[in-house]
Amino acid sequence: MTEHGDLDHVSGRTTTGHEWDGIKELNTPLPRWWLITFYLTILWSVGYWIVYPAWPLVWSHTTGIWNYSTRAEVAAELANLEKIRGDKMVALGNASLEEIEKNPALLALARARGKTVFGDNCAPCHGSGGAGAKGYPNLNDDEWLWGGSLDQIMQTIQFGARSGHPKTHESAMLAFGKEGVLKKDQIVTVANYVRSLSGLPTAAGYDQAAGAKIFAENCTSCHGDNGKGNQELGAPDLTDKIWLYGSDEATLVETISNGRAGVMPAWVGRLDPSTIKALTVYVHSLGGGK
Amino acid sequence: MNKPVSQTDLQLDDDAPLYAAQKKVYPQSVSGTFRRTKWGLMAFCLGVYYLLPFVRWNRGLGAPDQAVLVDLPNSRFYFFFIELWPQEVYYFTGLLIVAALTLFLMNAVGGRVWCGYLCPQTVWTDLFYAVERLIEGDRRERMRKDAAKGTMKLERFAEILLKQSIWLMIAWWTGGAWVLYFNDAPTLVKQLITFQAPVIAYIWIGILTATTYLLAGFMREQVCVYMCPWPRIQAALTDEWALNVTYKYDRGETRTSLKKANELRALGQGVGDCIDCYQCVAVCPTGIDIRNGPQLDCIQCGLCIDACDTVMTKIGRETRLIGYDNDINIHRRQEGKPPIYRIIRPRTVTYAALIAAVGAVMLYALLTRSLLDINVLHDRNPVAVKLADGSIRNAYTVRLLNKRGFDRVIAIDIDGPVNATLHVVGADSVTQDRPMIILARDTTTELRMLVTAPAESNHAKSVPVNFRVTDIGLGEVASATDHFVSP
Ligand code: SF4
Ligand code: SF4
Repeated sequence: MTEHGDLDHVSGRTTTGHEWDGIKELNTPLPRWWLITFYLTILWSVGYWIVYPAWPLVWSHTTGIWNYSTRAEVAAELANLEKIRGDKMVALGNASLEEIEKNPALLALARARGKTVFGDNCAPCHGSGGAGAKGYPNLNDDEWLWGGSLDQIMQTIQFGARSGHPKTHESAMLAFGKEGVLKKDQIVTVANYVRSLSGLPTAAGYDQAAGAKIFAENCTSCHGDNGKGNQELGAPDLTDKIWLYGSDEATLVETISNGRAGVMPAWVGRLDPSTIKALTVYVHSLGGGK
Repeated sequence: MNKPVSQTDLQLDDDAPLYAAQKKVYPQSVSGTFRRTKWGLMAFCLGVYYLLPFVRWNRGLGAPDQAVLVDLPNSRFYFFFIELWPQEVYYFTGLLIVAALTLFLMNAVGGRVWCGYLCPQTVWTDLFYAVERLIEGDRRERMRKDAAKGTMKLERFAEILLKQSIWLMIAWWTGGAWVLYFNDAPTLVKQLITFQAPVIAYIWIGILTATTYLLAGFMREQVCVYMCPWPRIQAALTDEWALNVTYKYDRGETRTSLKKANELRALGQGVGDCIDCYQCVAVCPTGIDIRNGPQLDCIQCGLCIDACDTVMTKIGRETRLIGYDNDINIHRRQEGKPPIYRIIRPRTVTYAALIAAVGAVMLYALLTRSLLDINVLHDRNPVAVKLADGSIRNAYTVRLLNKRGFDRVIAIDIDGPVNATLHVVGADSVTQDRPMIILARDTTTELRMLVTAPAESNHAKSVPVNFRVTDIGLGEVASATDHFVSP
């Protein structure tokens, strides 16, 4: 660049010979270390092209001599994770549910695994902490439609309720109004009777004896003589303080008129057996388990 | 400061570049009080650094027996009888505060004494100089050899090779000792020799070898003058009472040659004690002339004091023409008053008191810290659950920490809403209504705890609940408070 050799008299330096509007550019070469670094980066990039995947081709790309790819790396990591998890999950699969709860290490593993699986699969309906919502049971309380023992919980998780699986929990609340079994005023009366079962106030002018009669004729086959429910049929206890759909008169009238048949999917086949075990123990440990 | 700066000096300074290319310094060997002190401190510092990892400390079965160990994989720090967990890193904050205050105190008493005697940069540079001197000879010889570059003989080449190899060996062992603080030292030494040690160990050895070699072998005083922030900071911290290495120009000037001085004295004319022999400059590891007054480059090593004392003794004059002194005394002597030294003054007392206070707080915290700990986290989703019988239940995630080196049995109690009961998921047993847990040694355990209060006791929306864990054997207690919430 110095071949022009023009001397700038003010600074005493040579110029590059480039001139704009009478202003000449001083020749200030880049520092040598800077240039060396620059050339080294170019060299480095060539090496990079050779070693790593770099150049896009029409349908594919150069793979580099190391055959490196982030996708393969992820696959390897996942496989490794499975391997690490493997032994422990096998131990989980081999232990009975009771054994898991007695063994602190297995319990911790089951709770940790159960918590993630719960978040991925169950939280949409039951909430991330299992608090449930209207129509979706709260798993933290001690009211269980189909039973809250370890085995019963596992049964429900595996086959669901009204899920279509051959082993699922069946039976549903009859739509007494829609089917024409009970008339509107009878439904209101029995709704008030049901409220009285759990100590809730009843509407003015309501006839307790009539309510008891309607209840005895229509409801006791599922909910039992005194309304205590039946877990075989998934019939809720009507005498306690927990209401899946609500305990006000309007909601009860709606329930009795149109019935209820909430659905829980079957998870067998979708989750592997040891994962279901972990999930069972986790749900049981939420506090509602019996 | 102590010598009036002329206008021309200032202008010269203005034009001086911010960074001057390194001029090689050839410090001459010297002997005397300060040199001996430096040797002693060097031996002590290096001895501690290189040997400490090999000191053993019995902590019982299964626990590491290294006295000082940073156990990164297990997040533990061991220092003799102290074992720190990650959540106790604030002790290091305390330690850093004490270190900073100590530095301030040293500065208030003796200027940059840290730099001159204890700073790793000084210690290792001094060691490297010692090696250099041993192999290549003293100042004059080294200067001559360096000047005769063009005609390098085989012997000279061997000298350089030997020096560099010894430097590299020291540097390498410096890096080696560093990694020993992070793993069982004897095991790691064996692994290092047989190339079985973790890669990271070799990387760290490499880094520390490189920095030691470069900083102590080549950068030397450049580190103190250009890289280290301390000279700038200490300039702001120091005061007129601090004892700094000072050329007593009131006594030294006017300087002149020994012969001339004697002639002038014979004539009864006043003349200074400095004979302009440049010994103080020759020995200075930062290559400065202390007679120009206090300067940033001076690391207060006191070697010029030793050098000048030797000269003064030889010419039969009083020593300490250069000595640790302060500004005030120069002026007092000029006025004919006796010098005064004041080490105990508000600044030093304040620093000392602060050091004592922080130290006491740390010691208290350390001695009374609990080796059993509990953290409680209220479950937020749901915050509270209504049970079939109307009672209310809250769930908590409780983390228990057993910092002792043995398993222990813990009973858990609560103080909460009236008649509240506690259920611990995964409790090992329940004795007299108290859930019991076996806490494995030196670990943390997470438990889910359920507190249930009967319906009739739900007066307030939120009632404090205290979780208390009691070591059945030792009676040690730890507790934490959270809230019990009703929907
Ligand atoms: S001037 Fe004296 S005290 Fe300061 S660095 Fe040089 S030799 Fe050391
Ligand atoms: S060593 Fe002492 S006498 Fe010699 S030049 Fe330095 S101050 Fe002066």
